[in-house]
Amino acid sequence: MSDTPIIDIQNLSVGFTGRAGTTLPVLRDVSLSLKRGECVGIVGESGSGKSTLALAAMGFLKGGLRKLEGRVCFDGEDMFARTRTELETIRGGKLGLIPQNSGQALTPTLRIGAQLIEALRLHCDLPDAEHEPRAIDLLGQVRLPDPEVIMRRFPHELSGGQQQRVAVAMALAGEPEALLLDEPTTGLDVTTQAHILELLRDLASERQVAMVFVSHDLGVIARTCSRVLVMYAGEVVLEGPSREVLRKPLHPYPHGLIASIPRLKDPCLPVALDGRPPSPGGGGPGCAFANRCALADDQCRTTAPSLVKTACGSLVRCFHHDQIGTLSNTISRREPAHHDSSGDDALLLHELAISYHRSGLFDRLFSGSESPPNTVDEITLSIAQGETLGLVGESGSGKSTILKAIAGLLKPATGQIKVAGGTPLPANVEGRRPEQLRRIQMIFQNPDESLNPRQTIAEILAQPLRLYYGLEGQALFDRSVELLDTVRLSAHYMDRLPSQLSGGEKQRVAVARAFAAEPEIVLCDEITSALDVSVQAAVLELLDDLKRNNDTTYIFVSHDLAVVRALSDRVAVLYQGRLCEFGPAENVYGSTSHPYTEVLLNAVLEPDPDEAPTLTAEDVVELSPPARGCPFQRRCPCKIGSQCDNDTPPWQEAEGGHMIRCHIPLSELDQK
Amino acid sequence: MSGMSVQQMDVRKPLFRRWLGILFEVARLPSGMVGLFLVGAHLFFAIFSPWLAPYDYKALDSGLILGLPTAEHWLGTDHLGRDVLSRMMLGGREALLVCAMAIPITMIWGGLTGVYLGLRGGWADEVVMRLVDAFLALPGILPLMVFVAVLGNGNEVLTPTLAFFFGIPVIRVARAATHDVVARDFVLASRARGHSRLSIMRRELLPNVFDVLMVEGAMRLSWMLLTFSSLSFLGFGVSPPTPDWGQSISEARVYMSLAPWGVLGPMIALSTLIIGVNLTADALAKTLGIDRSKKAVV
Amino acid sequence: MIEMLLRRLVLGFVTVWLVSVIIFAGVELLPGDACTAVLERDAQGKVLETCREELGLNRPAIQRYFSWAAGAIQGDFGVSVDGITSISSQVGLRVKNSMLLAAGALSVGVPLSIFLGVIAGLWRDRFVDIVVSTTAIFAMTIPEFVSATILVLIFSIGLGWLPAVVLTPADAPALEFFPEFVPASIVLTLVMVAHIMRMVRSSVIEVMAGDYVQMATLKGVPYWRIVFRHALPSALLPAINVVALTVAWLLGGVVVVEVVFNYPGLGRMAIDAISDRDLPVIQALVMLVAAVYVGVNLLADLMTMFLNPRLRTLHMRSK
Repeated sequence: MSDTPIIDIQNLSVGFTGRAGTTLPVLRDVSLSLKRGECVGIVGESGSGKSTLALAAMGFLKGGLRKLEGRVCFDGEDMFARTRTELETIRGGKLGLIPQNSGQALTPTLRIGAQLIEALRLHCDLPDAEHEPRAIDLLGQVRLPDPEVIMRRFPHELSGGQQQRVAVAMALAGEPEALLLDEPTTGLDVTTQAHILELLRDLASERQVAMVFVSHDLGVIARTCSRVLVMYAGEVVLEGPSREVLRKPLHPYPHGLIASIPRLKDPCLPVALDGRPPSPGGGGPGCAFANRCALADDQCRTTAPSLVKTACGSLVRCFHHDQIGTLSNTISRREPAHHDSSGDDALLLHELAISYHRSGLFDRLFSGSESPPNTVDEITLSIAQGETLGLVGESGSGKSTILKAIAGLLKPATGQIKVAGGTPLPANVEGRRPEQLRRIQMIFQNPDESLNPRQTIAEILAQPLRLYYGLEGQALFDRSVELLDTVRLSAHYMDRLPSQLSGGEKQRVAVARAFAAEPEIVLCDEITSALDVSVQAAVLELLDDLKRNNDTTYIFVSHDLAVVRALSDRVAVLYQGRLCEFGPAENVYGSTSHPYTEVLLNAVLEPDPDEAPTLTAEDVVELSPPARGCPFQRRCPCKIGSQCDNDTPPWQEAEGGHMIRCHIPLSELDQK
Repeated sequence: MSGMSVQQMDVRKPLFRRWLGILFEVARLPSGMVGLFLVGAHLFFAIFSPWLAPYDYKALDSGLILGLPTAEHWLGTDHLGRDVLSRMMLGGREALLVCAMAIPITMIWGGLTGVYLGLRGGWADEVVMRLVDAFLALPGILPLMVFVAVLGNGNEVLTPTLAFFFGIPVIRVARAATHDVVARDFVLASRARGHSRLSIMRRELLPNVFDVLMVEGAMRLSWMLLTFSSLSFLGFGVSPPTPDWGQSISEARVYMSLAPWGVLGPMIALSTLIIGVNLTADALAKTLGIDRSKKAVV
Repeated sequence: MIEMLLRRLVLGFVTVWLVSVIIFAGVELLPGDACTAVLERDAQGKVLETCREELGLNRPAIQRYFSWAAGAIQGDFGVSVDGITSISSQVGLRVKNSMLLAAGALSVGVPLSIFLGVIAGLWRDRFVDIVVSTTAIFAMTIPEFVSATILVLIFSIGLGWLPAVVLTPADAPALEFFPEFVPASIVLTLVMVAHIMRMVRSSVIEVMAGDYVQMATLKGVPYWRIVFRHALPSALLPAINVVALTVAWLLGGVVVVEVVFNYPGLGRMAIDAISDRDLPVIQALVMLVAAVYVGVNLLADLMTMFLNPRLRTLHMRSK
């Protein structure tokens, strides 16, 4: 009986009916077989059909989708042939799901306890009286502190990581034999992500649970899975042991994908994978990847390849998998444009403090309480002309807040922002002169949000050109086309609306809009985090090119340490709105660093099965910084005593202008 | 430009194309089809009825009071011996005329005020919104009746009065829609570049709240027609002998047990007009993806 | 939480105060006053002035506003233009009658509309939904005087089951209005059910398409359990506010229906007052209805806040 696969999907095709009435496939002829206790990863970029595949394993298809062909079996029986009652028994019982965003997947009106007990009542044979103790026990097993307290909480009162743990506990309530994990750590901070993954690994090995792990993040897959399926445009293009797939992928798509991931240990720009996958039903008769592939020939464009077994036991969908070796794009990884940080200051932040707390009329009337500590405090930083400063930190660390203050969108509580020459900038946009505004431009995280959906690309680009340069008519048009050209988009995009562009193209337009002002300083607020990795690499490359040509100064904010590493000359690390450390990138990422930086670096997942993160600090989420002492005191793994709680740590200078703010002497920090 | 010559193209075309597409979508929905047909038919009669009506609407025939439907008078005659069919054909003109003038005014004043307040915020927003709350608390049709009772019932009174009172809930809707847009990054980007408030309203906000305002306008039109006919019914609308459905129904009700056909005609005419507008508004909301029924009835 | 409550209360009072200013200013700005109303339009000279003196209309507007407002707070709206009838006692009778009508409509309408809304939402675009939703559009858009007339045509003239108009005097005890108030109640119920039902329907559809409902399905929770335990508590919350608006509307804005059925409620009183140019009565009525509107909405906001765990903790934290 242990021979029968627990999940067995054979030749599954899923599709929907398009506008023209034709059937458009989302999954094409996908097979996946999972033995008991095995852990398989499914990777792919957005739209590759990986989540659809995972949900199909439960016999569930999202609205509008229908099964076209194939069989989905769980425990030997066809899931699509079962009755509703049978499905209700299996789902959440032997087959559990851990969703991407548990915050939205937990019922907001029910307490955690009620939801867990419901799961136990539906899927477990325990007598009613034992449900509550068992629920508390489960919350303890997923390593949540104070399970009794969590039981009485509503979902929105928990942090993202806690919600995810609750979702795991709920899946465990049914004592599952297989778990489907749909991007279970996407959107969480690195440290939280690492903790949750460790928890899942431990559970899987303790309980012999089979897992299907869906993720766009190869690092996550590398950490958890022994076998990997790579999906592209609804098809499996490569299947094999994770070591093979991640080290020596035999298909050009994963090959390019892996090259496009920025690495912590490699301060080079990742290599972009140009083009985008065809939309459902949009591909030609040939290989779906042909138009992005360097190996593609006429055969690839006219005949669709089928999955073939290779010598080392992998399955690959490529005619030329034996020539992958010729694609050595690791060589083409290039160094980003570096700049000497000793030049003139382009921007100077002096003792900047920002508070979101605004006491309204009622607050003043009804409560005389003192205001909480500033969200961002004591930021003193200088950025040299032409330099790229990386600003890293977890969510809530105040990175974006600082950018908004520089852009004049938030008024600092105290402190000054000075531009080249030492002139202080007025705090608000309204107080700044057009010339001052022109010099600082900002690019936002999500181009869907930052481009007006009702304006054509031409109108979007016209905004800064009209405002700063008064361009009209043909001059305006020519300049817009020129700008599009610099971000490698053709003039045909001028009369499109943002909704007609892909994510990467939209972000290019946003970049073009910022550069339309010919700025000296460009503020980049998590500008690649809404994009797929391969697209991210292209945007990073573009930023680098623009910097080479225009000598622009960047402030690059990101939660992704590897991305910051790839682009920055200097890096500043923020925790709870306070600087912990700043200095040249190689030093900050080097051996001597602040305990918090250490925690962050250790938690990063590399797309390599032999790299394991080291977990030191707890992944507690702090809502506000402590009133006194070191901001990191509550989570610090190397806290040395009461001085951390009471005294503000001193700045210590290491070599090359590398500054660390910690009570621990540099020599000791180095040893860790 | 790399040797390629690009002609300056009409960059606004996509927006026109969009509205044309929306019209087709609306017409393809069952509710939109019925709605547009009813509205179209009513517009046709409103424009051409003076030439189509078989009798003069004021012509009395004292020999034929509350007459049965006959070959000459298809729907019979009323209590003064006037032709019911003719009065019915002409009865929507005043309502449509007043509402067609009042709705654009309503949407412009309410919409602009709301968008401005949504963008500006601060104390001005606070003060105006308290006033809006206070006006919304006034009971329905009563303030309108007081205005008409004191100032008279000419169109020059009705149009601005209706436009004023109907504009107040629009302020709220436009402001809420603006709040959704103001929080988005493209408005932030525009502010960071240093555009003026007016320019932000015109280029960033209005194009994005336009959909909501269109649906709101269509919906308000149907309520306004309803209010207008209610005023007429209560004797605060059109003055006799100008034909109007609300008024005809009010008059004919008295003789309902003797001549029920006199009341049926205007009732059907009035209801089909309001239903037509409402169905169209519904289909438009569906096409634009705006949930209309969730808006509170104010 | 308490601060939030206080805040809402203060805002409520501000709104009511603003309403009183608007009403007073409105009446001031419009041509004519109580005296011209009693003495006919052509009254001039001496007579008019004596009358104004008697009623105190020659005092400055601010002074009159304060004495009126002071009275209003104590429930004394003065006397009607005829100089005899106490407005407060008159209004009291009518309030009772209007409440009877509203209670009739609400007791049937609210449960019915929620039931229909849930059914239509769960079986979206199926036969039941199409029937219910289409009927709702008709019920909502057909003017009340049209539906009232149809009712009278069918049930009073055709079948003779129900009276066409109410003949019971305003001061009769509540029981005597039965069954006369039934047709009026039915007309109001129709409109009300249509509005609430549509709102509930779209709320149910939105919640049922939500992530946590899909997740509940994938956790193996049986369908009806999902509906009742996971979906409806969230889906029905917005209904509270709509019901509140309906209550305010039923007590204040049902002029047309009361006129059609000759029902002696607040609406009839208002229209009579307008015809008689009885400005003090109009002021009193509008004030009363506005206060009810503000009060009911306040209550609904507080209830929503109390029932929605998310809002509850949000406000507790923001303390």
